[in-house]
Order: sequence, then structure tokens, then C-alpha cells
Amino acid sequence: MNWSNIFEATLSAFFGVNAMYYAIAAIGLNVQFGYTGLLNFGQAGFMACGAYGLGMTAHYFQISFWWGIAIGIGYAVVLGLIMGVPTLRLRADYLAIVTIAVAEVIRLIVRSVRFKVYVGGSDGINEFSASYRRLSPYVESGRYPLSPFKAEGAVPYVMLAAMLAIGLVLGAATWNKLGKRFPSVPQRAGVGLTGVVWMLVLIAASLRVEYTGYSLWTVTVGWTLVAIFSVFVWLLMRSPWGRVLKAIREDEDAVRSLGKNVYSYKMQALILGGVIATFAGMMFSVERGSVQPDNYSRDLTFYVLTALVLGGAAKISGSIVGPMLFWGILAFADVFLNELVKSNGGSVEVFGIQLIGNISQVGQIQLMLVGLLLILLMVFRPQGLFGNRKEMALDGR
Amino acid sequence: MADDLTPAAAAAKAALADVTPEPGSKKLDPILIANGVRRTFGGITAVDVDHTEVQRGSITALIGPNGAGKTTFFNLLTGFDKPDAGTWSFEGRSMEGLAAHKAARLGMIRTFQLTKSLTKMSVIENMKLGATGQVGEQWWKGLFPFMWKQQEAEIEQRADELLARFKLDHMRDEYAGTLSGGQRKLLEMSRALMARPKMVMLDEPMAGVNPALKQSLNQHIKGLRDEGMTVLFVEHDMDMVHDISDWVVVMAEGCIIAEGTPDQISNNPAVIDAYLGSHQGKSLLEDL
Repeated sequence: MNWSNIFEATLSAFFGVNAMYYAIAAIGLNVQFGYTGLLNFGQAGFMACGAYGLGMTAHYFQISFWWGIAIGIGYAVVLGLIMGVPTLRLRADYLAIVTIAVAEVIRLIVRSVRFKVYVGGSDGINEFSASYRRLSPYVESGRYPLSPFKAEGAVPYVMLAAMLAIGLVLGAATWNKLGKRFPSVPQRAGVGLTGVVWMLVLIAASLRVEYTGYSLWTVTVGWTLVAIFSVFVWLLMRSPWGRVLKAIREDEDAVRSLGKNVYSYKMQALILGGVIATFAGMMFSVERGSVQPDNYSRDLTFYVLTALVLGGAAKISGSIVGPMLFWGILAFADVFLNELVKSNGGSVEVFGIQLIGNISQVGQIQLMLVGLLLILLMVFRPQGLFGNRKEMALDGR
Repeated sequence: MADDLTPAAAAAKAALADVTPEPGSKKLDPILIANGVRRTFGGITAVDVDHTEVQRGSITALIGPNGAGKTTFFNLLTGFDKPDAGTWSFEGRSMEGLAAHKAARLGMIRTFQLTKSLTKMSVIENMKLGATGQVGEQWWKGLFPFMWKQQEAEIEQRADELLARFKLDHMRDEYAGTLSGGQRKLLEMSRALMARPKMVMLDEPMAGVNPALKQSLNQHIKGLRDEGMTVLFVEHDMDMVHDISDWVVVMAEGCIIAEGTPDQISNNPAVIDAYLGSHQGKSLLEDL
């Protein structure tokens, strides 16, 4: 068993590209599902909007890559209207059915032979992210350790400062829960202390993680977007606008009886969440330098939903940490099982029952393990990791 | 009794003193007028109201046996349901085909038979939601706290005053889901007041409320009239109807069968028939 291998893989997945674009999509879904209670099962469709917005612009429209961002947002707004206009007046279940169907329709249209000349068919669109890659300050094939002690010049100080900042944010969130148990410790001291502990955890975690220049650029841009959208949603949700959304989640008729146009608010939430998810699709496609229709299938929608529920719906922290954990657990299960099979000479037996026959079965067992973990989470912590237990308890009206 | 009437109560009494006690009677200064409002569910006619008027500044009770169509009539008037036919106007403005939130914005705020307190929000958040015309309820303005902070503070102050008046101030920061049934009724009523309504429509405000709280709810409803609001409420509790209402409208099988002051209504044979059946007091064998 090579434990340092397992540890390293888990940690890079934690801060990796997958966790990043899932986090962006989950922040968008959180606006719709977490705060407004809209069962949007078509997040993959919104992500495809961004991906195809970029891809088609650079490859077919022959205009600047950057127009693609605006076009992708435009697609998402139109998609939100298409989904919302017929269903938002109806009960929530109908939105779920329509969104999942519309997302599939989009995927099937873009991969169809008939539209191949416009959107590339099942081959997708390739080689369009050159402008994005040119912007990168890093050497593409270079290796960049995440540890602040391996960098040069002013970089280590910037990194340490950033880690302290992230640590303090996490510390504030932790102390929110922990503080009640230690009433004698003053608030500032508690936050500071947990913040420093988090910073040390981050430094320890970063010591062995290394990115190539190419993925480091994506990770930098991506997590910056995560930070921007988090602040954006956080600002919105503490405003009266956010209050109306949360009230709609509770009871539409009550909100309507107080003179608020519920339909319009639900549309705003659907579109806003969709536009945020569009950026997830953009990041995903530029990172790979290609748009493949089958990447935007139902699986993606449900994985994002799973990651959000894992972290805790209706919490900003949940929508960021959920995807990180989701990918962390997946990577851990993958590398751990692979190492296990290797060190056991090709198969794993538990109490004489063959659990894994050969290395190709690891993928299935990996997903089973993750499934089991999620079941346990739902049993023992139904509100998700960051969710509010008190709110959950009020569910039975 | 007569000497402890507030000016508003006396005015309402005087305004309704000369009105003929019959279905669809004309009022001196109606705030709400309904004409030919009809709603059918399949073959059943739930509501079929020819004409009715509600006097401004009065407390009007809408009573009737179960299934008389009172709540459906409420839903129609407030835009929560669409009628098959009919017109109605509020303060001279036609309300036909108006969406529920627009009706509310005109100043006609309703509550629900089954309380709709937003359980996962705190009591004060529930209250603040009720205020109309909030700048921060547009998302692009919500992003910038300086645009709505001042208004929010004013709203919060008004919410606190109302909570104190309805004796909910000790629950201010609790989740609304932790309130008792009676407290939820109070919260819903005070939340409705946050919208500064001209007319309050209460759907069974006394259902599931203990007798002690009923007394204070009665006082609160009378208080609404003193502040110049018009109250229309659905109720089954006849003692309460008699105690607080200036005018009573009786519905049965979708139609209005009687109108009048509480005293006139309690002696009206049509009402007694509707509630107890037309054969009360007779032996079952008499019809044979």
C-alpha cells in the first residue's frame, strides 16, 4: 500500500479541475434548488449552453473567442425562458420533468448528424481554446508545486496570505457551530484560532500537491470564478430578494398573498442559476479544449445535485465543499482500491468472498463505496455537512 | 354596551343601520362589489353569488355551513382562483382576471384557513417579507446593501412594533415553525398588516385557537377597524361572529341566502334552515 500516493491523489482531486467546475455548477443549482426550491434536473443543459457558446463562436462564427462568453450567457437565458415559461406556473414536479427532458433534447440535437455542420455532431468541437491558453502566465508544460515553501520570490508570501484568508473564512464558518460549546472563549479569538488551524491544514495538504502549468491556469481561473459567484450569491441571499426566494421555497401562496410576483421571482432564480452554471460548462470545455455532447448528459446533472446535497443545500459553503468532497471521495476510493488490488496480487477477498476479481472491476466498486457513503450521510446527517439541522427538523409542518 | 363603542365601530354601525337586511342589499359606501360571480367544479356549482357589497370600514362576517363555498368565494375575490363568470371591483377598480399578487398590491390582503407561516424563516423575517415596495427585492439592487439598508431598518422597526402589539416579540428570532397554532394565526395576521392593507380578508382566524387567545384575537380584529381597515372574515364560531361583526353575510350551497346585522341574522329562518335543515323541530314521521 502506497499511502502517500492515495493521500496525494485525494488532495489534488479536492482542489482539482473537476471539483472546481462542479462547484460553479453547484452554486448555480443552489440558487434554484437550495434557495428557491426549484427542482431543476437540467443543469447539464445550462452547462452545455456555455460550452457550445464558446465552441461555436470560435470555430463556426469565426469571431473572437471572448464573444463566446456573452453568447453562452445568452443561450442560458433563452434556455431558462424555454424551461420556465410553460412550467413555473405549475407544481414543482413538472419543472423537474421538463428540465430533464429539455437538457436531453439539447444533447440529442447537438450530437445529431443533421446538425453536424453547425455543432460538430457526436465528435463535438475541438481546438478552440487557444486564446484562453495564451492568457496563461504559467509555462504550459511546467510543473508547479502547490506548496508555498517550494516557490520563489514574493509568491510564497502571497500564497501564505491567501491560505490564511481562506483559513479565516473556514474558521468563521466552523466557529459558528463550535462556538456554542465554548461560550467562555471570545468570538474573535475562536475564529482566529480555528482559522490558523485551517491554514495549517491547508499548508500540510498543499505540501505534496503539484499541478502542470496548464491545469494550474484552469484551477486559478476556475476557483476565482467560484469565489466571485460565492460572494455574488451570498450578497443576493442576504438581501430582501433572497428573502423572497426562501419564502417561495416555503410556501408560494403565502408569498403571492403578500403581493410578490412569484412567477417572476422563480424565473429570475432559474435564469440566474443557469447563467452561473453556464460558466461551469465554459471552464469544463476550455480545460479540455473540446466540447463533447455526451459530457452533458443526465449523469452530470445528478452528480452535481449529489455533490450539492452532500455539502448541504441552501448553504454557500455547502455548494463549494460538497463538490470538493465528492471528488475527493471518488479519487480516494479509486486510488485506494487500485492500491489494494495491486498489493493483494490482483484480487481482493473479504472473509473468503471475492470482492474484486481483477483491476477492471475497481470502477464499479468505487461507485458502490461512494453510494454507500451517501446513504450513510443521508441517514445520519440528512441536512448535508453544512446544512442546518434545526431547519430540517421543521419540515413536518 | 353602546357607550363603549369606539368611533370607528359606531360609524360602521350607523352606516349599516338603515340597510335592508336582504341578500345583495346596497351599502352606503361599498369598498368591494361583486356581481354574478360563479365558479363550478365539474357539475358542482361551488359559488354562485348574484350581487353583494361590503361596507367600507366595517367588519363583515361570511358564515355558512361546511361546503357553502365561503373559501372558494374568498379565493375568487383575491385572485387565487379564476371564476367561470362574473365581475367584481375593489375601490371602484375592476378586479376581473387580476393575478393574486396584483390584488394584494391594491391593498386587499388575505390570510389562509390553514396558516401559511413560513416555518423555516424566523418570525421577524416572516414579518419583513410582508412589507411592500421593497427596493432590495429587485436582484440587481439587492446586490448593493446601501440601496436598501435604510428602508430595511424602517421595515424592521415597524415589524417590531407590530410584533409587540400582537405579543409575539419574545419569539422574534425563533423559527416560525416553532410557534403554536394560535401564535401562527397571530403571525399571519400581523404579517398581513405589514403590507398596509386597505382590506383584510381573514379565512377562519379562530380555527384551532384556544379560548383565551380568541379573546385577544377578537380585540385585534376590532383594532383593525379602528385603524380604518375593512375586514371580511370567514368563521364558524357564532359567538365570535355575534361579538365583533357589524354585518353578516350567510352563504349556503354557493349562494348568498341572507344578509343583516348579527341580531337580524340569528333570528332569520332561512339561516336556521340552512344550518339545521328545514325540518328541525318536527318529527321525522310527519313527512310520511
